[in-house]
Amino acid sequence: MNIPVELKYSRDHEWVKIEGDQATVGITDYAQSQLGDVVFVEVPIADTSVVVGTGFCVVESVKAVSDIYAPVGGEIVKINDALTDTPEIMNEDPYGEGWIAVIKIADQADLDNLLSSEEYEKFITEEGN
Amino acid sequence: MTEAKKTPLYETHLEHGGKIVEFGGWLLPVQYSGILEEHRAVREKAGLFDVSHMGEVLVKGTDALAFLQNLVTNDVSRLTQHKIQYTPMCYKDGGIVDDLLIYKQDEEEYLVVINAANIEKDWQWMQENKGTFQVELTNVSAKTAQLALQGPLAQSILSHLTDTNLEELAYYWFLPNVIVAGKETLISRTGYTGEDGFEIYCQAEDAAELWAAIMAAGKPYGLLPVGLGCRDTLRFEACLPLYGHELSKDISPLEAGIGMFVKLDKGEFNGQAALAEQKKNGVKRKIVGFVVTGRGIARAEYPVMAEGRRIGTVTTGTYAPTLEKNIGLALVETEFAKVGQEFAIEIRGKNVAAQVIPKPFYKREGQQV
Repeated sequence: MNIPVELKYSRDHEWVKIEGDQATVGITDYAQSQLGDVVFVEVPIADTSVVVGTGFCVVESVKAVSDIYAPVGGEIVKINDALTDTPEIMNEDPYGEGWIAVIKIADQADLDNLLSSEEYEKFITEEGN
Repeated sequence: MTEAKKTPLYETHLEHGGKIVEFGGWLLPVQYSGILEEHRAVREKAGLFDVSHMGEVLVKGTDALAFLQNLVTNDVSRLTQHKIQYTPMCYKDGGIVDDLLIYKQDEEEYLVVINAANIEKDWQWMQENKGTFQVELTNVSAKTAQLALQGPLAQSILSHLTDTNLEELAYYWFLPNVIVAGKETLISRTGYTGEDGFEIYCQAEDAAELWAAIMAAGKPYGLLPVGLGCRDTLRFEACLPLYGHELSKDISPLEAGIGMFVKLDKGEFNGQAALAEQKKNGVKRKIVGFVVTGRGIARAEYPVMAEGRRIGTVTTGTYAPTLEKNIGLALVETEFAKVGQEFAIEIRGKNVAAQVIPKPFYKREGQQV
């Protein structure tokens, strides 16, 4: 399971890359492997606000519909349009081409709840998988 | 809820990386390598399913035929030895108890194959309908395992493991006492994928060895172990109904579009009066196929909307791997059931455009109807 050390992670299996007050977010390698083949992504809408911990994106595999929860709150400043026509990039490159959105962090305190790569690795092991 | 059951192949699935889920009270793999890859393997080469969760009931006795004729809607008297028939089994009101396959062993012995999630209910229903018929019913589900080898290369693969001439086994026929890889089996040319293939019934204790032998014989052909995920997408593209979705106690066979398996003139049977009435007056609802023309995937239970109101419900919907489209089946009011009809599917609170298309969505080349 690929868990890059430079990223932060939520307990809902999203990754966060922090650059100043902006956070690029996506789903983890573990999340994409659990979801299976992604066949549809309802990307978030740019210039809207999201609340930390609430659904801001919908990912559908062949079998199931899953909400993706915002790992940080704030304004969505950029979205990955490529997911609309090529949702499979979420499986193929979850930490790269498969990113979901860039969020302008409203409250830095949200970052305190995120996990380091070691903590996240421990978390998914303890989840029983 | 009782604890989920394991098939004789549970350990085999774990060893081969099957991702286990619970389905109809059974622990079975939803996928191995991935639903899309497994789906493609069955359409283009071959896939091997564990379907040991399916139920089997033996019906024996001098009144076996009369008992079955009363129980199901199709005309069982048309079966000849070693032929198989698909049929709904209905309640008095025409709602469906289950859909099943009947294998005729001989004049006084039939094997009835039923859905896993319905075994207890069907068994109960059969007991209640025994009446004065001279029949002996035996639930052999637990000691019977079943493998489904499906795909265009299924015959080539299986022919390596048996001396039986599979070429002579036609669609919806079976052969008992066939030796496959040294094990005694019953094989039928049937399936639930829209492809050619075989269903192989064996003793539970032989299942793991048989699985291994078939996988080894199939390796050069690109055979993959496949799970319930692609079983659903494959049957869905072929528009084969699934109990609990297109079929239920609240949906009749005529509404479900499987009226050709209801023989109203064969003599008395459960549901005959209700179904005759429906046929005379026309059904109020029908199962239709549709394609989502807007953006989104329809899922079971989503509302179907037209003229500002709800006109039906999606019964199955997903991304169809062979067609590469988001399509579905829905139970809608008859006036909205014509091919070309436009309506909307309510997806997460938004109406997304859809249009009725012909069924089935997928048909293999040269397929018999």
